[in-house]
Amino acid sequence: MRALSIATYLALKEVWRGRGRFLLVSLVIALITLLVLFIAALGEGLANGNRQYVSNLNAQLIVFLQKSDTNISSSQLQVDTVRQIRRVDGVAAAGPIYTSSTEIEANKSPLKVSLLAAEPGQPGLPPVIAGRVFHTGDSGEAVIDQNVALRSGFQVGDEMTIRSTQGGTDEFFYLRVVGLTSNQSYFFQPTIFTSAATWEKVRPQSAADLKDDTPYPNIIAVQLADPKQIQSMEMQLLTKVPNIEVADIPTTINAIPGYSAQQGTVQTQGVFTLLIGVLVIGGFFQIQILQKVPQIGVLKAIGSSNGTVGASAVIQIIIVTAIGVGIGGGLTYLFSLGFPPTIPLVFNGTSSLFAVVALLLIGPIGGLVSVIYAVRIEPLKALRLQ
Amino acid sequence: MKEIVLEVRDLVKTFILDGAPLNAVDHVSFQVHSGEFVALVGPSGSGKTTLLSILAALLTQSSGEVFIDGQQLSAMGESERVKLRRSRIGFTFQSNNLIPYLTAQENVEFMLRLNGTLGKVNRLRAEELLARLGLEDRLRSLPAQMSGGQQQRVAIARALIHNPAVVLADEPTASLDTERAFQVVQTFAALIHENQRAGIMVTHDLRMCKYVDRVLQMRDGKLVNECKTRIEIEALARGEH
Repeated sequence: MRALSIATYLALKEVWRGRGRFLLVSLVIALITLLVLFIAALGEGLANGNRQYVSNLNAQLIVFLQKSDTNISSSQLQVDTVRQIRRVDGVAAAGPIYTSSTEIEANKSPLKVSLLAAEPGQPGLPPVIAGRVFHTGDSGEAVIDQNVALRSGFQVGDEMTIRSTQGGTDEFFYLRVVGLTSNQSYFFQPTIFTSAATWEKVRPQSAADLKDDTPYPNIIAVQLADPKQIQSMEMQLLTKVPNIEVADIPTTINAIPGYSAQQGTVQTQGVFTLLIGVLVIGGFFQIQILQKVPQIGVLKAIGSSNGTVGASAVIQIIIVTAIGVGIGGGLTYLFSLGFPPTIPLVFNGTSSLFAVVALLLIGPIGGLVSVIYAVRIEPLKALRLQ
Repeated sequence: MKEIVLEVRDLVKTFILDGAPLNAVDHVSFQVHSGEFVALVGPSGSGKTTLLSILAALLTQSSGEVFIDGQQLSAMGESERVKLRRSRIGFTFQSNNLIPYLTAQENVEFMLRLNGTLGKVNRLRAEELLARLGLEDRLRSLPAQMSGGQQQRVAIARALIHNPAVVLADEPTASLDTERAFQVVQTFAALIHENQRAGIMVTHDLRMCKYVDRVLQMRDGKLVNECKTRIEIEALARGEH
């Protein structure tokens, strides 16, 4: 206990009396923190932009067309498939989901959005936080994501114009905003929700598609009576409903085109930044220990134990790292305040938390070699011998 | 009769140099009493620093025995040797003597802190000792803000503050000019005598011997001469030996 108290005393005194030097390293750590947190936030933001709607679905299983490789865009189910699924024992609810993308005429510039359709009261339609749900049929009504409202300026009661390519020519449709929902990005775009009939009318279509007015769902979100029975229900659906394949939510998310590759890229960037941090901190403390060899020799010669010397080095590293991560976290927060909502940064995700923990660990890991080196310094170095 | 604080019996330290054994310390025996200040002199390579390192429990001997305050060094484990260095030995070194980020007072108090005896009374003792060494206006100064002589005086205070049995000094005047060197050794000797410690100073500067009680001369690892009388010591200090 006394050794730890002496180690803390030495560490604090050295950091305080050499605060300029240590602050410089803390600032380097702060910059690394800024970079890592931004990468983590960007990763989380991009992931959210891609998967948010799917991961927030109130369902346990997703039904796709057979051989679509659980790719939402590649899947187009028959209209009666949803009825067949609802008849399967253990299915509490099933909601068809129709996906497309389009462009709305916003205040400043056109805004690309994901145009989704779902049935009110069924899985697939997120909760409405303001206003009401659209009417079924070709009601010309839409529920929009808050992000659409923020970026376009549309509010409940407004009429928005949708530009949609119909068989090679651009046509304009008008949808009345009747409700707001939140956190529903899909395919990097904020979403608007309509009824299936409205969706079929306003979605961009090829000339061939125009010949058929029937909306075909891409996928069906399935809510189970017992959410724990995912695997057995998956088998049951496959057995009882023809021409489908079934996946759980995580599998569906990973199959979103580009999702895994994008996350892999961002995570690799984060890991490499952390590695650079380890090297920078390791290098600094190693140089510092090399400069302090005679001084550590004196400390040991006059009776400081290896534990005291080692603990002092570790405490110093922890102090410098914690200050650096603290400054970096603060800087990241300040910078994030100035970023527009179009940049997908999410700081409250688990990846940000993971990044902070990793950043707090890089100091001790980077300084490990120098700590071992310090512990191994012979007290004879205090004398001229050796 | 003063008690024997340090006893060296037939001490040998052998190094292997180019495949051949070399006795850096070669069958050395002597004793130092409390209140006695001894100089260990000799040319470079004579084995005096090796001997000092063994006495400081920093290096283990090949054979022979060292007793400090009645404790046999060869019977001690590493942690006991660390404890011995902390509690029963005081050090001053040639350079890099002080902890650079502690003030003069903190450097001295550090020995008390290590021994768990830092209290109000001992803090006052540290201040008084530094004042005694003429450093009353330097208590809050960092080593870098002090001259070489002032730093050595702080080191002397640090070496004595915890009441060690033995005080070891390795070339304490090597980085000082002649006048300051004499002042430092004179002060050191006075404190050794006053506090009844056993002091050993390694030096290559024979002029510094005029303040010691006995001089041990080494050559090629052996003790080759011992000057005990004032006349012998002063003659040696004048370079007449």
